[in-house]
Amino acid sequence: MSGSGCRVSLPVWCGVFAFLFLLTLVPAEAARIGELTDVSFLDRSKRFFTFQDPSLRYALAGSMLLGICCGLMGCFLVMRRLSLMGDAISHAVLPGIVLGFLWSMSKNPLAIFVGATLAGLLGAAVVQWIQNTTRQKEDAALGFVLASFFGLGICLLTMLQGRPGGNQSGLSSFLFGQAAAMGRGDVILLAVVTLLVLVILGFFFKEFVLTSFDAGFARSLGWPVAFFHYTLMLLLAFAIVSSLQAVGVVLVSAMLVIPASAAFLLTRRMNTMVVLAALFGLFAGVCGTFFSFTGKNLPTGPLMVLAAAVVFAGAFLFAPRHGVLSRWWIVRERRKRIGRENSLKALYRILEDDAFRPGPVALADYADRTKETLENAGQHLRTAARHGLLTWNQEGESVSFTPKGWQRAAEIVRNHRLWELYLANAASIQPDHVHEDAEQIEHILGDATVRALEKRLGHAVLDPHGKPIPQWSEIHQKTGPDSSPAGPARK
Amino acid sequence: MNPLFPSFQWDSVVIQPWTSGFSITLWVVVMGFLSGAACALVGNYLLLRRMALLGDAISHSVLPGLVVAFFLFQTTGTIAAFSGALVAAVLTVLLIDGIHRYSKIKVDAAICIVFTTLFALGVVGMSFLERSGNVHLDAECILYGEILMVALEPPVVVGGISLGPPQVLRIGLVLVGVILAIAVFYKELLITSFDPALARSLGFSVRAWHFATMSVLALVIVSVFEAAGVILPVAMLIVPGMFASQISCRMVPRMAWSVLHAMLSAVLGYHLSVWLDCSPAGAMVVVGALLFLAVWLPAMIRSAWMRAG
Repeated sequence: MSGSGCRVSLPVWCGVFAFLFLLTLVPAEAARIGELTDVSFLDRSKRFFTFQDPSLRYALAGSMLLGICCGLMGCFLVMRRLSLMGDAISHAVLPGIVLGFLWSMSKNPLAIFVGATLAGLLGAAVVQWIQNTTRQKEDAALGFVLASFFGLGICLLTMLQGRPGGNQSGLSSFLFGQAAAMGRGDVILLAVVTLLVLVILGFFFKEFVLTSFDAGFARSLGWPVAFFHYTLMLLLAFAIVSSLQAVGVVLVSAMLVIPASAAFLLTRRMNTMVVLAALFGLFAGVCGTFFSFTGKNLPTGPLMVLAAAVVFAGAFLFAPRHGVLSRWWIVRERRKRIGRENSLKALYRILEDDAFRPGPVALADYADRTKETLENAGQHLRTAARHGLLTWNQEGESVSFTPKGWQRAAEIVRNHRLWELYLANAASIQPDHVHEDAEQIEHILGDATVRALEKRLGHAVLDPHGKPIPQWSEIHQKTGPDSSPAGPARK
Repeated sequence: MNPLFPSFQWDSVVIQPWTSGFSITLWVVVMGFLSGAACALVGNYLLLRRMALLGDAISHSVLPGLVVAFFLFQTTGTIAAFSGALVAAVLTVLLIDGIHRYSKIKVDAAICIVFTTLFALGVVGMSFLERSGNVHLDAECILYGEILMVALEPPVVVGGISLGPPQVLRIGLVLVGVILAIAVFYKELLITSFDPALARSLGFSVRAWHFATMSVLALVIVSVFEAAGVILPVAMLIVPGMFASQISCRMVPRMAWSVLHAMLSAVLGYHLSVWLDCSPAGAMVVVGALLFLAVWLPAMIRSAWMRAG
């Protein structure tokens, strides 16, 4: 797999990026988000789309950058089955945040960033150490880091709050996040981190993909797998720490995993998945900010997560190949088609037993052959007629093939008998054991396979039971032998 | 300004809590121990099933359950909150299972997706509640837990004898139930956790046992969560089991060790919180992690030794 998809899209991302950056620089004077509580939804939507409020611009740019950054990183977490690593690291940074705060005794973003990143990396390293030196499994190691670091963080936070001046630190906004409180510094930090993630992932895309998919193979090629792992963890820690201000400790992992999982359901290629995940993250960021703004200061982070969850639910239900509802629909349609084809096959065999004498087939004969009640048999034939495969005679007691129906019926019978012959000849299966298998595959065989089978079997004319295999010319004659619906019904 | 770490005074940290504030100390420690023990026992099985982080997921996703229960019953009463949380917990398990079964999403991603989405729903619901102004559910309080409040609850009195605060009684009952369930279904739990394939071939319904275990897990988390916040159950489901599995390979000694770990964490954690003036639940978690560190260090040194030599 090449990194071309990612590299081609790099300029596009840079464009988005530059736009967002400019957005933060436009000067204007207006109120904080949510200060204007008495205007209607429409007014607020208008305010949103005209970017009148600078704090809104910061929040919007921050959320979009966050969505891109977390979406990109999330793909690699999901592929490596490390989804919960995001959760563990985002909890593990809490003591680092508090220590960073203590170090500078103010809410200095740089000190907090450094402290949090170090704590996050230490957490990732502890996970690795526990797995290397004990028989604990990965989930236990992750859970241990998550719980113990977070517990330590809570201890430190509550110790701090007991002290004068500690209460106003606003550190608890890191728990749930507040995008509206993002300042220019926060957005620039996010922009730098996103750029870093884009550049590093872009240049080492192939390496990251290979070490994620097949670490053993990468190691056998002599690649520094551990180095790429820790680079990824470092980027992850950066992404998490810079996103904390907007979505908070608990929900960062959602922005990492949910867009990436939605993309994972929609494609099988890593390049496409990376681009889709970043787009979904971007979408979630915009939606979260929009509803937070128009909904009069609802919390932004949770709304972003809910927007991402809606995207995921859509992919889960409607993804073309893997969606639950699409799969249900495909199975249903296939079952109906097989039912129709089985009706056609039964009609063909009635005609065959009667030496293809012209004339329609009586409903009663059909019901007799398929061992159904007249009512059920009629229903099945009417379904086939609705699809243009059969026509009814005027009395509604017998049916004839349309040209299309005849062709399909002959094809199905041919597929069935060809497959029986193939199993008997090539796989040396007893002729009395081949019917069940052929009954399944006759509906699936494509043209190319049929050509290959015919060729391989030397264009045989009889199946193992001595029945003739319909040949191309018979299948494609314009009409079936019973093409005159006016004729008398056969007995 | 006070230093961050107050000087350690034996008298005020170790003796005084038991002499002057006896009832608070007793109930907080007992609550911590009972919660820890119940979580530890269930946690042993979670670790075997490699689902350690399900505890984290469930304890976060009970939040929307609490909010919906409040919307429906218009009360913060215990029964309503408890049932709402339990429903949310069971829903979490079902959703995770559903996503995992009906798509190619892996279990870990499914866990993350479900609990964060539910938690986000809970936070949004909570801010609606706050806006309508009729309740203030403190999100931070939910995360840290205020285990100290346990001691301030009016005790349940039966027949003139004070039995203790209601939360302590409830978690005590849950613990007894967990012990009974493990004793009765020991064989089934063991085989479905250790070797699901063998269990299936012997005719056990692995899925049914999975859901039974998950329901017990939900019950335990919800009863601990109400008094002690999110962090205590998350940690106590994982750390005691890890501690015990470093020491023993057999299930029964493991359980004994994990309960001992829960007890030490509760007692020492409470004293740590008195000393440092911090959240008791957080301190119990820190002590529990340090205890694991103590049994992990020899293994770490041994492996470093082997790599060096």
